[in-house]
Amino acid sequence: MHLHKYEKLWLIFGIGSLILFLTVLGIGAFYKGMQPPSHLATIDPQNVEAHEAFREENLGLRQLDDDKYIVSVIASAFNYDLGLDEEGSAVKNIRIPAGSTVLFQVTTVDVVHGFHLAGTNVNMMVEPGHISSLETVLKTPGVYTLVCNEYCGTGHHYMASTVEVY
Amino acid sequence: MTTNTNLNKFDSKLVMAHMHVAFVSLFIGGLMGLLQTLVRAGTFTLPFGIGYYQILTVHGVILALVLTTFFIIGFQFSLMSKTVGMTDKQRDSAWFGFWIMLFGTVTTAVTILLGQANVLYTFYAPLKAFPTFYIGLALVVIGSWIGCFTNFRQLYVWKKKNKGEKSPLLAFMVVINMLLWFIATLGVAATVILQFIPWSLGMVDTINVLLSRTLFWYFGHPLVYFWLLPAYMAWYAIIPKIIGGKIFSDSLARLAFILFLMFSIPVGFHHQLTEPGIDPLWKFIQVVLTFMVIIPSLLTAFSMFATFEITGRKKGYTGLFGWLKGLPWKDVRFFAPMVGMIFFIPAGTGGIINASNQMNQVVHNTIWVTGHFHLTVGTTVILTFFGISYWLIPSLTGRKLTSKINTLGIIQTIVWTVGMTIMSGSMHIAGLLGAPRRSSYSTYGGTEQASEWISYQIAQAVGGSILFIGIILMVYIFIYMVWAAPKGVEEFPLAKVSENAEPTPMFLENWKLWIGITIALILFAYTIPVIDIIQHSPPGSPPFDIIIK
Repeated sequence: MHLHKYEKLWLIFGIGSLILFLTVLGIGAFYKGMQPPSHLATIDPQNVEAHEAFREENLGLRQLDDDKYIVSVIASAFNYDLGLDEEGSAVKNIRIPAGSTVLFQVTTVDVVHGFHLAGTNVNMMVEPGHISSLETVLKTPGVYTLVCNEYCGTGHHYMASTVEVY
Repeated sequence: MTTNTNLNKFDSKLVMAHMHVAFVSLFIGGLMGLLQTLVRAGTFTLPFGIGYYQILTVHGVILALVLTTFFIIGFQFSLMSKTVGMTDKQRDSAWFGFWIMLFGTVTTAVTILLGQANVLYTFYAPLKAFPTFYIGLALVVIGSWIGCFTNFRQLYVWKKKNKGEKSPLLAFMVVINMLLWFIATLGVAATVILQFIPWSLGMVDTINVLLSRTLFWYFGHPLVYFWLLPAYMAWYAIIPKIIGGKIFSDSLARLAFILFLMFSIPVGFHHQLTEPGIDPLWKFIQVVLTFMVIIPSLLTAFSMFATFEITGRKKGYTGLFGWLKGLPWKDVRFFAPMVGMIFFIPAGTGGIINASNQMNQVVHNTIWVTGHFHLTVGTTVILTFFGISYWLIPSLTGRKLTSKINTLGIIQTIVWTVGMTIMSGSMHIAGLLGAPRRSSYSTYGGTEQASEWISYQIAQAVGGSILFIGIILMVYIFIYMVWAAPKGVEEFPLAKVSENAEPTPMFLENWKLWIGITIALILFAYTIPVIDIIQHSPPGSPPFDIIIK
C-alpha cells in the first residue's frame, strides 16, 4: 500500500515516540516497581474480621517501627472504619509524622468503594472479596481529605475522613 | 454508486425515527446535566424528593447509551441506504430492531424514574437495581444487534451483485463499526443476561463482582470507539465534499478503521488499573494494546489536514498556513465538526494520561475523568453529530438548511465551545486537586481541600448553564429543520476519492483476516486474566439495594 513521503515521516515520528513512551512506562512498572495497586489477596466480605488485619483492635493506625506505619480500614456504606480512640468513639482523623512509610490496607463489607487520599497518589478501588493495599511515603505536611470516589449509594458524598501529616 | 437525490421516503422515515429519539434524549439528558452542575455548586436543592444520583443515572444512561446508539444506528442506516441500498425486507428488520431498542429504553427509563435504579449507567455490582433496569438494557443491546445484522446483510447483498468490486467506503466503515459493536456488546450482554438478571431476580444468591466489572469494561472501552467512528466517517468521507475537496486516500481510511477494530477491544483493563485482584502484568499488556489506537489516530490526523491543505491550495491560497483561509469557516456543516476535531487534541492527550498505567492513580475517579469524556464524546463526537444533522435532517425531511439556521448553528457551536471550555476546564483542574467524580454536593466535613473544590464546582455550573443554552438552540434547530424549514432538496454530501490516490488493495476487504486477528488479540489479552479471576474468586456478593433508595 502506498504511503505519502510526509505521511511516512509523520508515522515514523509518531510511532517512535509511542515506543519511547511505552518503554518509559515499562521501566517504571517493572524495573522501578511502580505498579498500579493490584493486590491479589482475597477475603470473605461477610466475615472480614476473620482476617487479622481487619480485627477490631487492629483497625486504624498502628506503628510498626520508628517511621513505619500501617493503616487498616474497613469501608462500608457510608463510612471508613478507622477503629476507636481511647474514649471509645470512632476515629475520624489519623495523624502521621511526615516522612513515614505507610501501608494502607482496605477492604469492604458491602459494595464497591473508592479510597483516595486527595492530593496524593493513594488512590485505589476497594471491592468486596478483595484486599486493596498500597505502600507510600507521606512527605508533605498538611491535612488530606480521604474521599470515597466510587459511587456507593445515596450517602456516598458523606463518606470521608482526614489524614493529617505533621 | 452515488446519486444526488435524497433517500427514498421509507428509508428517510426509518432514519428520522432514530433521530427523534436521539434529540428527545439530548434535551432530557442535557437538562439533567444542568441540574447536576447546579446541585454541585451548592446553590440548588432538587425538588419533589428527586435524588442527585437519580438524575445522574438518567444523564449517563440517556446520553451515553440512548442518544449515541440511536443517532449512530440511524445515521449508519442513511449511509448504507445511500451507498449500497436497502430492500423492503432489510427495512422491516431495521424497524424491528428500532422498536426493540425503544421498548428497552422505555423499560429502563421507567425503572429509573421510579427511583428503583439509582445505580448510574455503569451499574456496578453489588449495587442492585430493580430487574427491569437490566432487562431494558439487554433489550437495547439485542435491538442494536438486529441493526448490526441488517447492515451486514446489506453489504453482503451488494457484494453479491457487484462481484469483484471493492465495497463503497462508507458501507465498509459502517460494517467495521457494527462488527466492533457486536463483538464488544457480547461482554456486556454476558454480564447482564448471565449475571445481573438472575441475581437481581433472586434466582442466584451472589454475584462475582470482579468478573462483572471485567465484562463491563470489555464493552466499556470499545463503546467509546463506537461513538467516535461515525464521527470519523463524516470526517473522512463527507467533510471533504463539504469543503470542495476529495478524500485523500481510500486505503488509508480503511486501514485506520481496521486498526480501530483490532485495538479498541482488548484494552478494558485500563479502566481497572487501580483495582485489586488483577495481575499488574496483564494490566500493562492491555495498556500497551490501548496505545496502539494512537496509530490510526495519527493516520486520521494526517489525512484530515492533507485534505484541508490540498483543498485550500487548489482554491489558490498559498503560504505555510494560508490554505486555512480556503476552508469554508462560515458553513456550519464544516465549522461544527472542525471545532470538534480541534477539541480532539486536548481530549486525546487527556486520554493518553488516563491510560498511562501508574499515572492513572493521579486522576482515577476524580472529576478530571468526567472533564475528559466531556471533551471526547461531549464535544468532538457530539459537535460532529450536530454537524451531520445540519444536512442530514433537512435532506431526510425534504427541506433546506437556510442561511439563518446556518448562522444559528455557528452560534450554537461557539456557545458549546465556550461552555465546554469552562466546564471541562474546571473539571480537569479540580480533578488534579483530588475532587471526586459522581458525587453530590459535600463539604467533606469542612476540609480546606473540599472548599477549594467547590469554587471549581461553581465554575462547572456556569459552564453547564452555557451548555444548556447550546442544547436549547440545537433542539430548536432540530425542530425547525424537521417541521418549519422551506421545502427543497438538501445535498447528501458524499466525497469522491482523489484522483491522485493509489488504488485500494483488495486485502483490505479480507474480513476473515481482520475478524480473526481481532478475536486472537481479545483471546490473548483476556483468556489468562479471566481464568485467574474465576479461579481465585472470593465468595460472591449478595445484592445491596436499600442504600440506593
